[in-house]
Amino acid sequence: MSTPYAKLPAWADYGLIPLINLAVAFIVAGFVVMLVGENPFRAAVILVEGAFGKGTGIAFTLFYATTFIFSGLSVAVAAHCGLFNIGGEGQGYIAGLGIGIVSLAFDSVLPWWLTFPIAIIAAAAMGALWALIPAYLQAKRGSHIVITTIMFNFIAASVMVYALVGFLKPPSSMAPQTRTFLDGAQLPKLNWVIELFGAKIRSAPLNISFLLALVMAFLVWLLIWRTRLGYEMRTYGHSPKAARYAGISETRIIIIAMMISGALAGMMALNPTMGDQHNVALDFVSGAGFVGIAVALMGRLHPVGIVLAAILFGMLYQGGAELAFEMPAISRDMIVIIQGLVILFAGALEHMFRPYVQALFASISPRTVGMEAAKGKGA
Amino acid sequence: MDLFNAIIQILDSTIRLSVPLLLACLAGLYSERAGVFDIGLEGKMLVGAFAGAAAASVFHSALIGLGMAILISVAFAMIHGFASITHRGNQIVSGVAINFIAAGSTIMLGQAWFQQGGRTPALAPGERFEAITWPGADALREVPILGPIYAELISGHSILVYIAFLMVPFTWWVLFRTRFGLRLRAVGENPAAVDTAGISVAWLRYRALICTGVLTGIAGAYLSMVQNGGFVKDMTAGKGYIALAALIFAKWKPVNAMFACLLFGFLDALSIRLQGTPLPVIGKVPVQFMQALPYVLTVILLAGFIGKAIPPRAGGVPYVKER
Repeated sequence: MSTPYAKLPAWADYGLIPLINLAVAFIVAGFVVMLVGENPFRAAVILVEGAFGKGTGIAFTLFYATTFIFSGLSVAVAAHCGLFNIGGEGQGYIAGLGIGIVSLAFDSVLPWWLTFPIAIIAAAAMGALWALIPAYLQAKRGSHIVITTIMFNFIAASVMVYALVGFLKPPSSMAPQTRTFLDGAQLPKLNWVIELFGAKIRSAPLNISFLLALVMAFLVWLLIWRTRLGYEMRTYGHSPKAARYAGISETRIIIIAMMISGALAGMMALNPTMGDQHNVALDFVSGAGFVGIAVALMGRLHPVGIVLAAILFGMLYQGGAELAFEMPAISRDMIVIIQGLVILFAGALEHMFRPYVQALFASISPRTVGMEAAKGKGA
Repeated sequence: MDLFNAIIQILDSTIRLSVPLLLACLAGLYSERAGVFDIGLEGKMLVGAFAGAAAASVFHSALIGLGMAILISVAFAMIHGFASITHRGNQIVSGVAINFIAAGSTIMLGQAWFQQGGRTPALAPGERFEAITWPGADALREVPILGPIYAELISGHSILVYIAFLMVPFTWWVLFRTRFGLRLRAVGENPAAVDTAGISVAWLRYRALICTGVLTGIAGAYLSMVQNGGFVKDMTAGKGYIALAALIFAKWKPVNAMFACLLFGFLDALSIRLQGTPLPVIGKVPVQFMQALPYVLTVILLAGFIGKAIPPRAGGVPYVKER
């Protein structure tokens, strides 16, 4: 595939350019803060302090990050296969149905460490199932996966309203949510880990699904770069034609990649439901599936990058809540703007600064650009 | 007679509900026919709705509101163009970004400027587009059958409704009977051929996106200045995506687009009307089923079970000039 851009040294490609893009996104966000008449520097200080200043803040940051790791990994796995899974929102939402049924059925009989694995399987299966139909339609009938997954987001929303109102909520209750799960479906908190470092924590929802997210990040790395399947996925993502010549089944690889992606998206539902609210409620995903797009782009589709980017977004969520509290002119929607800007600059405009960086590298030392390019191709 | 009145009412709300879909759908038609995917229709409508209502209430003029809605919406379309045409970024990603920025900034600026929880102040009569009563509509209302059709369905809408429906033949004429339209369609099918003919692919696509911005701006203005007397946060509520679905359903053709939008508007009107009332034969239909129907229909269509929807061939692919 011919790209109009030459290669850069790896550290510039994976470190410098994302940082420049991120910095530009934040500078633009700073202008928005100025537009509503607040001081962007003070806003930044409040944001960072709110996220990392106290133990409780750190725990909340990691709690939000948990969900974003799952959704970021989900987007990344599909993207390695050249597929844009914009349906993480719907796949995560529908997974709530599986979690709800499992939790309501087992929370009074099983301890959490037995309910949890069953719920993981249920959530992953529901998410994978919800990705299966768009994947099948893409592979077999050529319907554009972006459009079908968007449609499935809306269909999932309707199904969940129907399920919650129809049979998941207790008959006596008006609110469209399940009853509160008993101890058997409540995930243990992880706050004691942060307390080991001497910080005090007042009730934060950080829970064991954070560890699951880290395990999944490792498994995704293993899958993408250390297995035959991952190699096939990357081949297909890089050049469907080459994959076809190599004898890789298009249908199989699309469906498998999308189902893994859907399963990961489904698992993100564990954190807010069993980990925090202890019920399945209307709109519990609240946009986390879309945040995954920003996280995956920011993390350059690598699990390590995704974990870091997820923590960054967790920081924005937690710090943003503090910010909204401290500066009345700024609401929590500031985070949504920042997300949009990050998606714009780190995603759609990712090549904007590349020519300048290249020119800079070429003028400092022409050899780095040329020599590293040859090495970079082998990696 | 009751049944007839009910049908008239449903059809009337069908028209009202399908107007924003139709405008957004035609907007998408221009950009997708030019080879630029645009899932940012939703966001552009939303900023249009906000800018329209905000400007109308500050300047006390519906026209200034409409102008502002179009201006801001075009500006967002240009961001999409800058990212996906000039910098050859991923068009889907750029669209997602626009939706995010629109959703966040409308609420935040609304709250900062008007302090009403993300709403704009309720628009006074002169600040929104009023319904136009056609000559003789009130006199003819009593005439059986034709009277209500004329008075309710044809007369009594705001100017934006008529503009929306007039845009259908106009768009058809532009796309299929003008040089600009021919080139626009060509650039969506085979940009290299257009380039070889000495026409700038980028400038053509930018112009297509300006058309998109104008139409999404009007769609947004309709939402906040006709359907609702002011801006409410997230008021587009997925209409941009339904418009996208309608566009596929219409197989990227203007007249089909009108029928697809009327169909989806009708489903919406019906689901509001039928809420909780049992139907004969089928029994009670869950509202959620009716709400999901446009999306399900689109998926079935995309799967090729009702005809085949073939998108413009160069759609979604940034154009790289050969060197």
